[in-house]
Amino acid sequence: MSILIDQNTKVIIQGITGRDGSFHAKQMLEYGTKVVGGVTPGKGGQEVNGIPVFNTVKEAKEKTGCNAVVIYVPAKFAKDAMLEDIANGIPLIICITEGIPVLDMVEVKKALRNTQIRLIGPNCPGLISPGKSKIGIMPGHIHKAGDIGVISRSGTLTYEVVFNLTENGMGQSTCVGLGGDPIIGTRFVDVLKMFQEDPGTKAIVMVGEIGGGDEQLAAEYIKRYVTKPVVAFIAGRTAPVGKRMGHAGAIISSGDSTAAAKMQMLRDAGVIVVDFPDEIPQALIAHLK
Amino acid sequence: MKIHEYQARNLFAEYGIPVADGEVAQTPQEALSIAHKTGFPVVIKAQVLVGGRGKAGGVKVVANEAELISEFNRIKALNIKGYTVDRLLVARAIDIKKEYYLAVAIDNIKGDVVVIASAEGGVDIEEVAQTHPEKIIKFYMQGTKILDEERWAPIAAGLFSDVRLQKSATSILQKLLKLFFEKDCSLAEINPFVIDDKGNLMAADAKVIIDDNALERHPELVALRDMKYEDADELEAKEKGLSFVKLEGNVGCIVNGAGLAMGTMDEVNLLGGKAANFLDVGGSSNPQKVLNALKIILRNKDIKVVLINIFGGITRCDDIANGILTALKQIEIPVPLVIRLTGTNEKEAKALLTAAGLTTFKSMRQAVTEAVKASK
Repeated sequence: MSILIDQNTKVIIQGITGRDGSFHAKQMLEYGTKVVGGVTPGKGGQEVNGIPVFNTVKEAKEKTGCNAVVIYVPAKFAKDAMLEDIANGIPLIICITEGIPVLDMVEVKKALRNTQIRLIGPNCPGLISPGKSKIGIMPGHIHKAGDIGVISRSGTLTYEVVFNLTENGMGQSTCVGLGGDPIIGTRFVDVLKMFQEDPGTKAIVMVGEIGGGDEQLAAEYIKRYVTKPVVAFIAGRTAPVGKRMGHAGAIISSGDSTAAAKMQMLRDAGVIVVDFPDEIPQALIAHLK
Repeated sequence: MKIHEYQARNLFAEYGIPVADGEVAQTPQEALSIAHKTGFPVVIKAQVLVGGRGKAGGVKVVANEAELISEFNRIKALNIKGYTVDRLLVARAIDIKKEYYLAVAIDNIKGDVVVIASAEGGVDIEEVAQTHPEKIIKFYMQGTKILDEERWAPIAAGLFSDVRLQKSATSILQKLLKLFFEKDCSLAEINPFVIDDKGNLMAADAKVIIDDNALERHPELVALRDMKYEDADELEAKEKGLSFVKLEGNVGCIVNGAGLAMGTMDEVNLLGGKAANFLDVGGSSNPQKVLNALKIILRNKDIKVVLINIFGGITRCDDIANGILTALKQIEIPVPLVIRLTGTNEKEAKALLTAAGLTTFKSMRQAVTEAVKASK
């Protein structure tokens, strides 16, 4: 089992004719993802890697019956892309784009209110249910199908964690990259709930970082509702205060956004918090016994 | 992007938010001529982009010319949290009767714009929020930019019983919101928001933070950036598409991706070394970026070793390897390189590097351990 996406997910790509969009369209197809169409205004009728391109999301949805969309358009067009997907009722939107203005995201969040639509990202690597579907930019080959659920705010650090899991024979049910921006569509708590309810997920790995209050909310949620084992790693323990560490959201601005505060809250909630990413497999083995 | 109080005050004035007459001065002569226009007493305030200037002695009310000159010179000689003072705001001193708090900010978790007000002004609002949450009034915009005065009535009524003050506060909040939305702020704060001796509401301080991601649509605001607070290497790195933060140590780090770059910095520090920097070469794998990254890192003469930690996803390991080889030809690298490459095109990369006599590590832990050893 898996969450959010599987072999039945039919995805369209916004920005498919761009450099990143076309490259990842190919990568996703090769992985076995059902990429059924692409959208670039004015380029309808073309094909990219054999995938039909449409002018609008509406047209793409009508012709392909897609139930997910992934966005690779530049930051200044990303808001409109998301609003178009929401207006057309695409149930799952994954936004890879980095650098979107915060007030644009406020508008997107408003459009999402009172809908059942789920947004993942922006500024995220996407998500993968190994062996079934990969939507995003992660290297598919490091993953392996299994029963560990992975949730992360980061891209490459997640690959590091997944790589260690796979090397130790621990496959993944689904790996979800939440994104490094301050305002994102889906947070730790949302995915924790899904993994807790997913019969195919036995244990959960959380990769957090400095900045914001999401890990704290996750700790409260785990304490109350999560019965499956959770192992966490928090990046940025040795980061200087007040400096933005690459991600727009990764900045220590108040006492409880430090890694130490987050680690403590997670420990208090019964989570095993490791010091190094390569300690996660051992911690899981100990926890699963 | 943080901007100075005097710059934020100018934005306030542009939007019709009342501030006391005043201007920024770099010399005592300039300060004097401003004071002559506004009349004494005046308040002089160090313009620094770090907190705690009041406690550091950077704010003073002066009553006459002699005091102005001596205090101006005293404050200008201060060093506030590592920063010298090169500009002071000189403004008519407001006779403050009571202090309040008013701000527009972003609530990240709710993904919404929030108005925050309190009758407890002039203090650290985060502290008030923790100790007396009941003294904070919050109003969520629910994604709208509609500036409907009637909606502010509850906030104004929460702060003031006097109807005239309520109306005035409503109008000021309206303007603050307009500024917030039009200039893509992530914070627009008046603390303290005061009643003066004539019973008028005024902004006695001004704090504005602009969303970096939105600067592209505000060329007029980019010019407000105070370069003194930007590290030259960090700026250069940014221009070249690298995300770089200078640290204190001697292990130079080149990593792809912000999370892994943070994780690498932590691992170096936790295994007994000291990271000299955080550096994310980004997602694309242009070999030129590796060369640029090495150039910037090696400018730091404390560097004893450079650790390259790449997990290839979009980034192709062979592109990174080619970047390293180009760098070895073009620049002198006086310290050992410790290289870890895993992921996309790892085999090709190893072949390239091995042929050039360089060794690579497969695991991050091994590479970091090796780099820490080489830094001693």
